[in-house]
Amino acid sequence: MPPAAQLIDATKKYGEIEALRGVTIQIEIGDVVAMLGPNGAGKTTSISLLLGLRKPTSGKALLFGLEPTNLLARSRVGVMLQESGVPTTLKVREIVDLFRSYYPKPMSRERAIAMAGLEEKASALVKELSGGQRQRLYFALAVCGDPDVLFLDEPTVGMDVEGRRSFIERIAEFIKIGRTVVLTTHYLEEADQLAKRVIVIDRGVVIADASPNEIKSKVAGKRVRFKAGSLADKDLQGLPITSSTIADHNVQLLTNQPEAVLRELFRRGIEISDLEVTGADLEDAFISLTSHKAPA
Amino acid sequence: MAVLTAARAPIGPMLVRQTWAEFLKLWRVPAFTLTSLFLPVMFYAFIGIGQSSQVISPHVTFGTYFLASMAVYSVANVMIFSFGISVATERGMKMDLLIRATPMPPLIYLLSKCITALFFAALTLVVLFPFAAIAGGVRLDAAVWLTLASRVLLGSIPFIALGFAIGYLSGPNSAVAVINLIYLPTAFASGLFFPKQLLPDFIQRVSPYLPLHFFGQLGWDAIGAPTDGSVTTDWLYLGGYGVVFFLIALWAYRREESRKFS
Repeated sequence: MPPAAQLIDATKKYGEIEALRGVTIQIEIGDVVAMLGPNGAGKTTSISLLLGLRKPTSGKALLFGLEPTNLLARSRVGVMLQESGVPTTLKVREIVDLFRSYYPKPMSRERAIAMAGLEEKASALVKELSGGQRQRLYFALAVCGDPDVLFLDEPTVGMDVEGRRSFIERIAEFIKIGRTVVLTTHYLEEADQLAKRVIVIDRGVVIADASPNEIKSKVAGKRVRFKAGSLADKDLQGLPITSSTIADHNVQLLTNQPEAVLRELFRRGIEISDLEVTGADLEDAFISLTSHKAPA
Repeated sequence: MAVLTAARAPIGPMLVRQTWAEFLKLWRVPAFTLTSLFLPVMFYAFIGIGQSSQVISPHVTFGTYFLASMAVYSVANVMIFSFGISVATERGMKMDLLIRATPMPPLIYLLSKCITALFFAALTLVVLFPFAAIAGGVRLDAAVWLTLASRVLLGSIPFIALGFAIGYLSGPNSAVAVINLIYLPTAFASGLFFPKQLLPDFIQRVSPYLPLHFFGQLGWDAIGAPTDGSVTTDWLYLGGYGVVFFLIALWAYRREESRKFS
């Protein structure tokens, strides 16, 4: 069986800008993948290539071993895109029915609406929905075809904390029934909560592809925070750290050897206060993976 | 794991759903519905009724003549507006982006819009014809009513392509202005509102080459009013315009595709 989605040495140029510089990704059926990266890293471009919305400049994009524009391949895919609109003068149930008609074996309208938690709004016009509800409608449209693979491009962007939490639960529910999910995000805890596999993209290349745990162990495991009266980059020279941020007097270091780092800082006679050492979460892992200024 | 089967949704129900959605989208925009259905009737009431029994050529009263004019006007109006504005608006809302990622073939999208536009065009005639008969006292044989209706519906198809071209060439905010700037003056210049003899000299010289002129002639001929040249020539010119509009629409569509989706 061909993989659900593949990019094979794909590059993409928009004019002079290289959005992707040779990306190879293979997503198997049943995978739950989070694509992580800062804005402009190439996540949305990768998704666009996989969905056939853009053509690679070189290399290949495949969906179920077919061209992504192939309607057979698309019939197995549900999509939630950033910045896509829907007709505002249709009712929720009408537009769900419309999108259901695009797919060979859609789920029932009631189930799609329930998965998105929009039961109370089924008869409301799209223009009457709040921002969060509209985002949930896009989710209903993405799942209503009962797709084998779900692509979610920044699904929780613009949601408040509570909205995000309940939305993540809805995605988790879809994952539970054994479907493939590919989501892009820069809310890093989302990737940690949902994905079994994290692909980190930065500046158009894949810089890590592993489980959330592996990524955490591969990079800085601990976060050291403190205040220092005066500290320059050169004071940190030679310390076993993967990244450092100095803002005013607040210093944050990522490292796997916090004890050694502290010992060396004390030896160098640097005055510190408000010391805090915590376990790094995926967000820290992510910063140290994409940090370009990390001292050697 | 889900059983993976290679299958596509049946085209028929998809087309029905899409057409129904297109219809609802337009129907729920009062600015569109009211202007398409009632503006021609209003023009008929203001211009046509007062002098409706005046005989302008043997067997043809002004009321009948102006009915043909308004039938042509209202049908072409629907085609240009429903297409032009809905395409431009949907591009503006990036509707097309999400639709592009679904397994719906683009042809279904296009076809559903055409069917909806034709349906709306027919609806305007359903409002206009009885109004002209009752308020304007227009009496025609059933066959003439049918000829007029079928001619204006068939002749409106080139204007679908024009609306489509405008929808792809103009932005969501400018579409209405562009359409009014093109459509209203050419409707006047083609003699749909008052006789061409009253138009300025230079417009009279341009007038016989306008697409709405040929379309108008088809309508006037249907109710037995004298026209210039033969109906066959009118059809040929209108068909030619249709091809040109279609090519412009196709070019505009491809240009958009290569910008957005390459």
